[in-house]
Amino acid sequence: MFEMTYRDALNLALKEEMRRDPSVFVLGEDVALYEGSFKVTRGLLAEFGEERVKDTPISENTIIGVSVGAAMGGLRPVAELMTVNFALLAMDQIVNHMAKIRSMFGGQTFLPMTIRMPGGGGSQLGAQHSQSLETYFMHCPGMYVLYPATPADARGLLKSAIRDNNPVIFLEHELLYNSKGEVPEDPEHIIPIGKADVKRLGDHVTIVAYARMTVLALQVAEELAGEGISCEVVDLRSLAPLDEETILESVRKTGRAVVVEECWRTCGLGGEITSRIYEHCFDLLKAPVERVSGLDVPMPYSRKIEKVCIPQPGTIRQAVTKVMTGKY
Amino acid sequence: MEARLRNVLPDQELIRFYEQMFVSREFEERCAEQYTKGHITGFLHLYSGQEAVAVGATAGLHRDDYILSAYREHAQAIVRGVDPKRVMAELFGKATGVCKGKGGSMHLFDPKLNFMGGYAIVGGQFPISVGLAFAARYRGEDRISACFFGDGAVNQGTFHESLNWAQLWQLPVLFICENNYYGIGTEVHRSSALASIHKRTCGYDIPSEKVDGMDVIAVYRAVKYAAEKVRETGRPYFIEATTYRFRGHSMADPAKYRSAAENEMWRARDPLPNYAKGLIEEGIATREALADIEARCRAIVDEAVTFAEESPWPDDGAVWEDIYV
Ligand SMILES: Cc1ncc(C[n+]2csc(CCOP(=O)(O)OP(=O)(O)O)c2C)c(N)n1
Ligand SMILES: [Mg+2]
Repeated sequence: MFEMTYRDALNLALKEEMRRDPSVFVLGEDVALYEGSFKVTRGLLAEFGEERVKDTPISENTIIGVSVGAAMGGLRPVAELMTVNFALLAMDQIVNHMAKIRSMFGGQTFLPMTIRMPGGGGSQLGAQHSQSLETYFMHCPGMYVLYPATPADARGLLKSAIRDNNPVIFLEHELLYNSKGEVPEDPEHIIPIGKADVKRLGDHVTIVAYARMTVLALQVAEELAGEGISCEVVDLRSLAPLDEETILESVRKTGRAVVVEECWRTCGLGGEITSRIYEHCFDLLKAPVERVSGLDVPMPYSRKIEKVCIPQPGTIRQAVTKVMTGKY
Repeated sequence: MEARLRNVLPDQELIRFYEQMFVSREFEERCAEQYTKGHITGFLHLYSGQEAVAVGATAGLHRDDYILSAYREHAQAIVRGVDPKRVMAELFGKATGVCKGKGGSMHLFDPKLNFMGGYAIVGGQFPISVGLAFAARYRGEDRISACFFGDGAVNQGTFHESLNWAQLWQLPVLFICENNYYGIGTEVHRSSALASIHKRTCGYDIPSEKVDGMDVIAVYRAVKYAAEKVRETGRPYFIEATTYRFRGHSMADPAKYRSAAENEMWRARDPLPNYAKGLIEEGIATREALADIEARCRAIVDEAVTFAEESPWPDDGAVWEDIYV
């Protein structure tokens, strides 16, 4: 095992996959000379050169369109969109093209491409730079959506994404880049797409979370353990395909569930997961499912009120208390 | 020595240019300090080095003309007349800020002064400027729309779509590109096939001009001429002002991609001392008079910082306010 940061784990995955497969190349704004605005592509230009590590103009829709074409032409592009917010400028190529091409053309081609995008809120970057858009991507069939919480998962999932022959949206949380964790040394340690991970075993209540919300859920679970409440934490990792079985299995055991999402509540993934729990476990539930979500508001800049809009350990704790006791 | 400044405008106006540039510089440098102290958070993109563009251009416009910009917009707002106290309070995230602490550094807005916003999605302001120009013409208002943007923004689809649109519908938009040669760490010739940005308008038959953006008088003259043309013809016009940001892209960027020699070359062209020298040499202002102005500017910025520090935070309930009318 090595101890490394989420950023370094992603960087390692990129390097390993580029060494392994010469058809893998990286493109995006400021990814080469500047080594990425979050430094995830550090050292890539030096090792792999200008043909494989490419700075692009600020043209998001075309970054993705060119990646689609390159993938159709036999390459394995890994595009970086500087942040998830700018993916909205590329939604035409992502949704109307990338996600449709294989099916629309009767399975005659495939797009082995990955789009990496840092995202999430909490750094006072204001309304246009603090969004959690995971649900937007999950809503669209034809592509996978991954969102790791730990350095080990970051590395293992990114490697899977690059090797997979389907288009993959790969989300990275900006506040996790400096977080550290153990990462297996084996370069073939890959995390399968579509498998959630039970990050903590427990008996009383299941907390379903992903990315930074998993980190907060684990923190709350640890605190509550001292108070006699045993939480099981299911880290989704893969938002699409969603590992329904792992979620349901846990809820069948605990009989209670709290779903934590950083995105807006309305039509968020929490609503989807809650509904699947009701569809399959209604009779077993000891309490209604609770959702902890980002507030349905454009993110304010001021740190005093930004906090209010993003799930905090305190709000997760309240929700767990509520499903355990019926009151806040 | 040939008089470059005298008679371009009355002396008072020429001196005011210096004051506006100085207050802008002082404001930015104090922002850097307040960021380091943790009072300003998030992204902070400073304008130091580019002051001649905001000051010269704003003077070339009418007060009724709309101004739109990107996220490096503190100086454009202040020069237009937005109260520095309320700008600083916005940067501190306080309830007294121009946008009640909800916008932050990248999203200043003051419709009473026709300052129609700082936008942080590169290229977002192009079509909005065109729409404002359309509304102005539709309502028979005598105003044009001035759209500021960087060299990096010209590769967005909205740039091309908006240039075409403004010309097609014959709308009064003045496009002002602040070419500081970099979009974050990418130098303009590495992102644009045609690095001479003003030439790009030929595909839309929009007249364009390149101007020295380190020279406030040159910018003023070019923008004044262009704004009059736009007003007279009701059609778009395009100015490329070449300039330089003395700091990194944002406070998070150490700007290692630029050489010391390049920095020095541009520092030698700093629009403030060079303009001050001209004012003194032509007898428009004395060194002492300029020193008084500098002291006054420092006091304005001091006052802004104190105001921001002492202002209240927004209430938590404010997050639900101002979303719908
Ligand atoms: C759509 C979009 N893509 C990427 C970014 C990230 N970004 C912020 S500023 C910037 C560079 C813009 O450079 P330029 O237009 O030259 O303006 P300058 O910063 O030099 O004033 C980039 C890529 C963004 N904010 N929006
Ligand atoms: Mg620039």
